[in-house]
Amino acid sequence: MLRFALNRIFWFIPTLLAMAAVTFVIMKATPGSPFDVSDKVSPEQIAQLERIYGLDKPLPEQFKTYVWNAMHGDFGVSYSARPQTVSQIIGRTFPISLHLGLMATLFALIVGLVLGVLAAVNQNGWLDYISVTISILFFSMPSFVMGFLLILLFAVWLPDRGIDLGFHIGGWDSPIDWVLPTIALGAAPLATISRYTRSSMIEVIRSDYVRTARAKGLTDFKVVLRHVMKNALIPVITLVGPIFAAVGTGSFFVEQVFNIPGMGKFFVTSMQVKDQTMILAVTLLYGVFLAAMNLLVDLLYGVFDPRIRY
Amino acid sequence: MAQTVSEGASLSPAETAAPAAGASTRSTGLATIGDLTNRPQRNLWVDAWRRLRKNKLAVIGLTIVTVFIVVAALAPIIAPYGEAEVVDPRLARVHPNWIFPFGIDANGRDMFSRVVWGARVSLVVGVLSQFIILLIGVPVGAIAGYFGGATDSFLMRCVDVIYAIPQLLLVILLVNWRGPGLTNIFLAIGLVSWVTEARLVRGQFLALREQEYVNAARVAGAGSGSVIMRHLLPNSLTPIIVAVTFGIPTAIFTEAALSFIGVGIRPPQASWGQLVGEGSKAGYIQTDPHMLLFPVLAIGLTMLGFTFLGDGLRDALDPKGND
Repeated sequence: MLRFALNRIFWFIPTLLAMAAVTFVIMKATPGSPFDVSDKVSPEQIAQLERIYGLDKPLPEQFKTYVWNAMHGDFGVSYSARPQTVSQIIGRTFPISLHLGLMATLFALIVGLVLGVLAAVNQNGWLDYISVTISILFFSMPSFVMGFLLILLFAVWLPDRGIDLGFHIGGWDSPIDWVLPTIALGAAPLATISRYTRSSMIEVIRSDYVRTARAKGLTDFKVVLRHVMKNALIPVITLVGPIFAAVGTGSFFVEQVFNIPGMGKFFVTSMQVKDQTMILAVTLLYGVFLAAMNLLVDLLYGVFDPRIRY
Repeated sequence: MAQTVSEGASLSPAETAAPAAGASTRSTGLATIGDLTNRPQRNLWVDAWRRLRKNKLAVIGLTIVTVFIVVAALAPIIAPYGEAEVVDPRLARVHPNWIFPFGIDANGRDMFSRVVWGARVSLVVGVLSQFIILLIGVPVGAIAGYFGGATDSFLMRCVDVIYAIPQLLLVILLVNWRGPGLTNIFLAIGLVSWVTEARLVRGQFLALREQEYVNAARVAGAGSGSVIMRHLLPNSLTPIIVAVTFGIPTAIFTEAALSFIGVGIRPPQASWGQLVGEGSKAGYIQTDPHMLLFPVLAIGLTMLGFTFLGDGLRDALDPKGND
């Protein structure tokens, strides 16, 4: 297992380099200078700024410098928010995104598991149909559509009719502002989890050892808890990777929808002003994050299911 | 490993529709034994169509998708006003009524017409991006899966690198590079998303090429080209069709998301995402929610329709899979 992990980490280095190179090339090919922000900046000033930040050097050299600095933890200065460094900005915005992402993941995991288990235990009953309907609705709704529907319902329509639950259209100031974004972001992964849990549970319920457990007189509750869930939930662990992918890219739009000052929102702004250092750093961070999650899931899978060998 | 995960996750939707489809498969079995002799031979497609029609959700999905396609195709006839035509600036932000069912936007344009025209953008992006995905993904996957070895390793390494970059970020970067506009959007989506298709086709080919009938064809003297075109590709067709059915709404969503954050369709042109972006500007949501509600519903309904249809198609095309 250690060898498997090391192998994966080893392969990750060239992948990361290639990723940086692809992003770098696309970004440099994008027309326009990051310093050409208004008519007030003269071409001479732009040239001077570009010289200061080393943008006048040949591209391979710029890339080499960037990679070298990045390896030492220096991601440069944000071109649009000078003199703040990229690390400072990410240090400020990433915790907010992470906070939202963790809440959404927890929400999706808990509600998704409960819905999935209830559906499987009541297969073809009304609980099952409700759960399946919820998950298919949530599954097909993109996070930003979900977000706006929630806003329209809870922050506009209901207050208009005198039912004000205290939800705002956007913002990130008080804990009540966390509720709607968490639901919007967690909805799609919730659906995936509940569908997956349901089918996995149903498969296990039909197995011989569950029949044996019932035959020896265990109560339904004990059978489900000890025998079915324990085995049925192993494949669900693998979903944590895709969930983080969904939450990572979803938070991007949810942050726009709810006006949350997280990394996703900042990334969009950086894109509009061609803040190259920010764009590169955020892309790399997302990539590292996703790869680390997938690796973690693979390793966890081996821990939980001893039948898996690497 | 990540591959098996995503496959597993994408297989699960089939489960939800399984009861209905399972029942229909059983009845087929009984009927075929009964009148095996006097029944005309049915092919896969007729069979699949029959199964699809019995699946309620799939029929709903098909209906939504059909309405969407008709609206998009006939937009010039259905929409009372032009794509960016200002009805009357004095009517700005009028709420829905009998004359303007979806209301009027902030610039005095008819929201109903805007949404109808937006369907056209969505359909074009959805369909054309799939063409590009197939055009690149199928050959790459086929070559990697059929020849294996070093070719496979090399191609799959490239796929892995592209796969490692968060797809939406890459699409945004590409569109930002080439500039906004319809063509650049579906090109960017196609150039990024083909990797999923390539992996799918490669997996199919790897499994199929060891099958006996493929060996038999090879022994009988069939060349690589003919084995791929006559045996491997036709037998990989159903998963490809299902992937395309799910790929279209993904592309539609991507376009909407890009236009929503302002790097997609150029403003006077109407696109659902861009309408959402306009309607969600501060100040409008509370006073004029109709500017946001209708485009959001249009995106949501279309996603729902394609998901229902995709789930149904998967069950209908692969009756073995939903046990």
